[in-house]
Amino acid sequence: MNQDGLTPLIEGLVERRTKALARLISWAENQDPRIDEVLRRLYPRTGGATRLGVTGPPGAGKSTLITELVRAYRNAGERVAVVAVDPSSPFTGGALLGDRVRMGDLSEDPDVFVRSMATRGSLGGLAAATADVLDLLDAAGFDRLVIETVGVGQVELDVALAADTVLVVLVPESGDGVQAMKAGLMEIGNVFVVNKSDRDGAGVLVRELEGILALSGSPGGWRPPVVETSAVSGIGVEALLAAAAGHRKHLRDTGTIETGRRRTARSRILQETRRMLLEREDARGGDALEALVDRVAGRRLSPREAAAELLQAAGSTGGGGKD
Amino acid sequence: MDRKIRVLVAKPGLDGHDRGAKVVAAALRDAGMEVIYTGLHQSPEAIVRTALQEDVDVIALSVLSGAHDTLFRRVMDLLAKEGVEDVLVTGGGIIPPEDAEALATIGVGRLFGPGTPTGEIAAYIADWARNHRGLKA
Repeated sequence: MNQDGLTPLIEGLVERRTKALARLISWAENQDPRIDEVLRRLYPRTGGATRLGVTGPPGAGKSTLITELVRAYRNAGERVAVVAVDPSSPFTGGALLGDRVRMGDLSEDPDVFVRSMATRGSLGGLAAATADVLDLLDAAGFDRLVIETVGVGQVELDVALAADTVLVVLVPESGDGVQAMKAGLMEIGNVFVVNKSDRDGAGVLVRELEGILALSGSPGGWRPPVVETSAVSGIGVEALLAAAAGHRKHLRDTGTIETGRRRTARSRILQETRRMLLEREDARGGDALEALVDRVAGRRLSPREAAAELLQAAGSTGGGGKD
Repeated sequence: MDRKIRVLVAKPGLDGHDRGAKVVAAALRDAGMEVIYTGLHQSPEAIVRTALQEDVDVIALSVLSGAHDTLFRRVMDLLAKEGVEDVLVTGGGIIPPEDAEALATIGVGRLFGPGTPTGEIAAYIADWARNHRGLKA
């Protein structure tokens, strides 16, 4: 395939020119076939950025808090990019991406890059392309990547694979600690934030969270701290920055950053394998898959046999097809 | 490829409320578009920067303050300076027809007044995207 046109865009990205970067992010989001080659060339440049995930229920103040964090990183001279993910409607495919409303100040700073993404049918709290988009930003030389996602727990755990450090933001209205316990959020948080800490019930939530965290001990040698903030007035932001930096230091000191990155790499390989398998199936008209569906639904073939057939078919028709 | 029409809905200037912009944003979302909504008091510079970062197909500005002529012109100037020529700039608010005509001569798209059915706005944007991008909502 002729790669004409890619080089200027890739060079533009490396120089952090907004238009080139934004266009390549769109290619990743749209699964444009040209992104394969772009990522092949840029992937070796990734790995330099610190990745911070921020999750929590809607209305917890994540965007406001991120604005405060970004301001602090900017004051320290860092280049910062924010990826804010909101859900797509499962009915219309449309999405209202409103995180910028609370990040208004950041749009005035030409050195902060903010991109809103819709989940486009993906269920883990991030879009399927978020990992690729983070790689593009990483390759562009941003020092710090902040990923915001709505999470109410249970399934929105992708952020833990996308980020080195995950902040879970809760508010007194989030419910009692038992809600947090069942939500699965407790396992992905490296730092817990009780935002809107001036409100009634904040102290109770902090104590409950600390109680729950004490029960879980210190997985990997890290006991997640609980930090109280009031993002709109900037209270607690220093302490939060220190807590996130503490986790980062822990990752480096113990070598767990490597473990985490290997886990992420493994998950991405498997995710890409599944995507390519489906893509090849689509390219062949999807008939083979439908035929297998008939046989499995009719109880003539087990799902495992069907999977084996599908893999075999993909192997014989694939390889170098579009590379 | 899973291409969506991306629209920036923004309110430049000093307008005090964004009811209309929110109604339009929700309608475009329901028409299957990805709508980036930025809220009140955006400077034209911030709007254009946002449009570039988000790689939108369409910028929809809501202006109720009477400053539409200045604000739309400023946005068009900044887009030209960035070399952006293929983004639809449309919008609405309290904009007299003769002002809309004048803005049309510098490349601004249709401007919608109060009482416009939201479906009409969504259809206009979808048509534009089909004709200029080969996209459907």
